[in-house]
Amino acid sequence: MQKASKFLLLYAVLYFLFLYAPIFLLPIFAFNDSAIISFPLSGVTLDWFFLLWETEALHDALYNSVMIAIIAATLSTALGIFAARAATRYDFPGKKGITGFLLLPIVLPEIIVGVALLVVMVQLGLSLSAWTVVIGHVLICTPFAIVILSSAFKSFDMSLEEASQDLGVGKIGTFFRVILPMVTPGLISSFLIAFTISLDEFIIAFFLTGTDVTLPVYIWGQLRFPARLPSVMALGFLMVTLSLILLAIAEYFRRRSVKYTNIESQNTTQSEETIF
Amino acid sequence: MRPIEKHSIIEINNVTKDFGSVRALNGVSMQIKQGEFFSLLGPSGCGKTTLLRMISGFETPTSGSISIAGESMEDVPPNLRPTNMVFQSYAIFPHLNVAENVGYGLKKLKLSSDEIEGRINEALKLVDLTGYGTREAHALSGGQRQRVALARALIMQPKVLLLDEPLSALDKKLREAMQVELRRLQQTVGITFVLVTHDQEEALVMSDRIAVMFEGEVAQVDTPEFLYREPHNKQVASFIGVMNFVPARVIKSSLKSVEIEVETLGVTKLPAKKKYLAGSKITIGIRPEMLTIVYEKKLKQQKTFEATVSTRSYFGDMTYYEVLIGNTDIKANVSMRNTVGRPVLEPGTKTHVAWSNDSLTIIDEN
Repeated sequence: MQKASKFLLLYAVLYFLFLYAPIFLLPIFAFNDSAIISFPLSGVTLDWFFLLWETEALHDALYNSVMIAIIAATLSTALGIFAARAATRYDFPGKKGITGFLLLPIVLPEIIVGVALLVVMVQLGLSLSAWTVVIGHVLICTPFAIVILSSAFKSFDMSLEEASQDLGVGKIGTFFRVILPMVTPGLISSFLIAFTISLDEFIIAFFLTGTDVTLPVYIWGQLRFPARLPSVMALGFLMVTLSLILLAIAEYFRRRSVKYTNIESQNTTQSEETIF
Repeated sequence: MRPIEKHSIIEINNVTKDFGSVRALNGVSMQIKQGEFFSLLGPSGCGKTTLLRMISGFETPTSGSISIAGESMEDVPPNLRPTNMVFQSYAIFPHLNVAENVGYGLKKLKLSSDEIEGRINEALKLVDLTGYGTREAHALSGGQRQRVALARALIMQPKVLLLDEPLSALDKKLREAMQVELRRLQQTVGITFVLVTHDQEEALVMSDRIAVMFEGEVAQVDTPEFLYREPHNKQVASFIGVMNFVPARVIKSSLKSVEIEVETLGVTKLPAKKKYLAGSKITIGIRPEMLTIVYEKKLKQQKTFEATVSTRSYFGDMTYYEVLIGNTDIKANVSMRNTVGRPVLEPGTKTHVAWSNDSLTIIDEN
């Protein structure tokens, strides 16, 4: 290994500061004993967290967000199973184009998706509610679910399915006794990532939410009141922590699923998991 | 000798398989007998694996039919066929331990848990894995995985066990040991084994009969001895071991014998199975071990030809020579066991090579 030059080291440090310094401000001010967000710090307190605990509206927003995230994550993972299975197991005309379009929402600007969905909902005469947010979130979470599940399905050795059938077990039995247990880590990983994305998502939720605001929308609403700012910092700190934990768990399961399904292909040709 | 029941268990009738525009199998027919160790041998792409997958039900013939134990297998899915397969990758279920893998197919059979346990232990004992039941799949070596795959298939008591290149992932030593063991196992359980392999030595060592396949067609079905001694054509002759080919011309032919003039070797008379047209050209095959380098100068009545060593490969117990016959550039392979009084000859050495009538095989090319 070559030794990195000092300049490159400096560049890397600055880059990481740029990425993470703002996020480090969250815990600093969340524990700061002052209603004003500025230095110097005046002391340590847990008051802002207690304030969160006592705010009713926040509880409702949290409840909405969690419910929306659970439903959206479940639906997008379920849809992801079908797409991932089709993309990795079967050949059909236009496969590349179709799978490409399935993943497109990852790069579409959310504001465009949000506005477009709002127009459609209004045209359909649907009143905005937590369910419309669920629909929007399924739309943006499904591509991620497809990507994660495809890597789980792709590294899955076809001969395992054949071996199961060969031993007298039909297609449905094979799905439950071989395929499902082996891709379960992938399912968990997909669910957790979709859950995190939905929980943190603001723009689409902002457009599609009715009276049941989600947590990010609630936070945005609180920013108008300078006095609430420290408790928003505390809330932000909690959300970042929760997201990091969920993503770490998801990554653990994703790696396990790849390791799991790759055992078989070790002595044949082993290809790195790539998506599509 | 164990008794071989002569009736066939698998009937393959004029089977053709097309993958798109590629014809993988072309009008293949064969009968596999009850209780025999049958091998499908051929280079990669010859259709042997496709044929095996059709017997197991993972592929369906484009035309033709396959029946097992007297029943047509048309529209019978793999899970309802009386066959079990050992996959090339072994396909051990990674989320199950050894006993769960071996007992996988028993769950369907509604046996008592005592009976299941008994059969699992029996199967593990059969493949020499007693006590490995609780091992996790990923903690197994290549050889152990193969044994698990075998036990998992045999526990189902299939009428036919199918093996798809089961030894190709093992190293040489283990492979040779497993060849003997598979053969022993097959004789113990008495089940018909159908093996797919591209390794001619493996097929020769293990099989009762071998079907040699090239480009989607069966070239010859025979016992190992007959395949080696009397190959039907040049392709089979050179796929199974090494064969020298010498052109010859028919002088006189009857139903029982044929007099031929073999290039550089001279005129000789061989037993024949059919009548040849006088003057027609045929090919004579000679195995390298049927030729002998003459070290002693007393040539006696032996038939010999002069030769010059062009290359030699030393294998310890054996030396393989390539010699040029007489003053021609016709090459011949000669293999010699390295015993007392047989020094290894260097390239360029002039010598005599002895042959006999018995060592010549007429190879039909039609």
